[in-house]
Amino acid sequence: MAINRVEGGIFTVMVIGVGDPHDPALPQAIGEQVRRSPDFFADAPVVLDLKDTLSCTSVADFVALKTVLRRLRLIPVGVQNASAPQLRAALAVDLAPFPSLGGRRAAPRGDTKANGVGVATRLVTRPVRSGTQIYAKDGDLVVVAPVSAGAELVADGNVHVYGALRGRAIAGARGDGDARIFAQRLEAELLAIAGHYLVNEAIPTEHLKRPAQVALVDDRLQILPGFEFEPGRA
Amino acid sequence: MGKVIVVTSGKGGVGKTTTAAAMATGLALRGHKTVVIDFDVGLRNLDLVMGCERRVVFDFINVINGDAKLNQALIRDKRIDKLYVFPTSQTRDKDALKREGVDRVMDELRAEFDYIVCDSPAGIEHGALSALYHADQAVIVTNPEISSVRDSDRIIGILASKSRRAERNEPPVAEHLLLTRYSPERVARGEMLSVDDVKEILSVRILGIIPESESVLRASNTGTPVILDPSSPAGRAYEDAVARFLGEQRELRFAKAERKRFFRALFGRAQ
Repeated sequence: MAINRVEGGIFTVMVIGVGDPHDPALPQAIGEQVRRSPDFFADAPVVLDLKDTLSCTSVADFVALKTVLRRLRLIPVGVQNASAPQLRAALAVDLAPFPSLGGRRAAPRGDTKANGVGVATRLVTRPVRSGTQIYAKDGDLVVVAPVSAGAELVADGNVHVYGALRGRAIAGARGDGDARIFAQRLEAELLAIAGHYLVNEAIPTEHLKRPAQVALVDDRLQILPGFEFEPGRA
Repeated sequence: MGKVIVVTSGKGGVGKTTTAAAMATGLALRGHKTVVIDFDVGLRNLDLVMGCERRVVFDFINVINGDAKLNQALIRDKRIDKLYVFPTSQTRDKDALKREGVDRVMDELRAEFDYIVCDSPAGIEHGALSALYHADQAVIVTNPEISSVRDSDRIIGILASKSRRAERNEPPVAEHLLLTRYSPERVARGEMLSVDDVKEILSVRILGIIPESESVLRASNTGTPVILDPSSPAGRAYEDAVARFLGEQRELRFAKAERKRFFRALFGRAQ
């Protein structure tokens, strides 16, 4: 006798707005709600809403969040409104993606990248002078000329500079922690990815005036010399 | 139709007025009908450098306001045929450079002259913007030190975004870099940026290198454009720059400390 072992079910699940996961007031705020009706909350499944959360791109972030919630006798089962890097980290700790309700988040983040089509890529072929700001919305910024000190490149995706990068470069301006910065000659005043930054003084001198790429690894900017692929590196 | 050349820099005191006077004189010497205009309203240095300060009746602002005709305000140079000076007012400020008035004057000048050389005030405010707005070509005057280079970079960016050519989506303003007050000895001692350093930072073609020279101060004090002094290295360097500006190929002089290199070569061989 064939039994259909997989079937659909509709449940009501509580959604917790995470906001800033490092906010020390977060456990207390949730804890207060739980204390008001402890039976209702006991071992209840919850979905984490990351709508207003920019960090939470690493596994460590989610492990910390899960520990806090377990201590309050809540069982996180999934995430909502996660960006691509957030979702990757969430899946790694067994949190499932849940659809967002009412489409509160407009254009899903990382969509241009997922499509693999550089529709929003912005190409700049003339030197970017001091005092100029260039923004590539929803995509990559590619500059095939030098970028002067005092100039600023901003992209929601990656920043590529085929020339000297002497100004500021900001990649993942809307929180994409997977965005990178590539420079043929790294002399930047400031490097930033998804809100994490490095000023010129903090760039190790061995990377200066050389080709390099910059990536966000465990919430820290890491500078990798050159563009060549090396097995095992970030 | 005349060509408008702006002499600009962002930073003050780098040699804009000296350059504007020398370039205009050099162009006129080569037979082009040229006028040099002082956009530095309120300071008025150009007529001093050109040695015509005692012949000023009407000025740029009078013509902008319609109080005088262009031909009443233009001062004809006594030494060089085809050279005219258009002085500015010392009693007004940069706000007197009204857009429509400047537009009208520039149109009139384009019809009458081969070259219109605009001596820009320092800074990136209204005066400097008015001076560069009509430019077809720009001579960016830079000293071999980092703050001057940075300001030049900024002004090149403004040329590319706020000039009339940029607004109308026409071919961009042609940029020429003139490195002034250059001292190869000080470059060798590491006290100054080298030509190559500056070229690398700014990525603009070099129109000329003007060596640091006492003759520049002497020239401006006597009201004689330095290009008229054949004994002056700076004068000869300006002559080269004008030739290059007009498309001639000339070797870049004054970039190296010749004697020192000679000695270094000797020591190098001895080792």
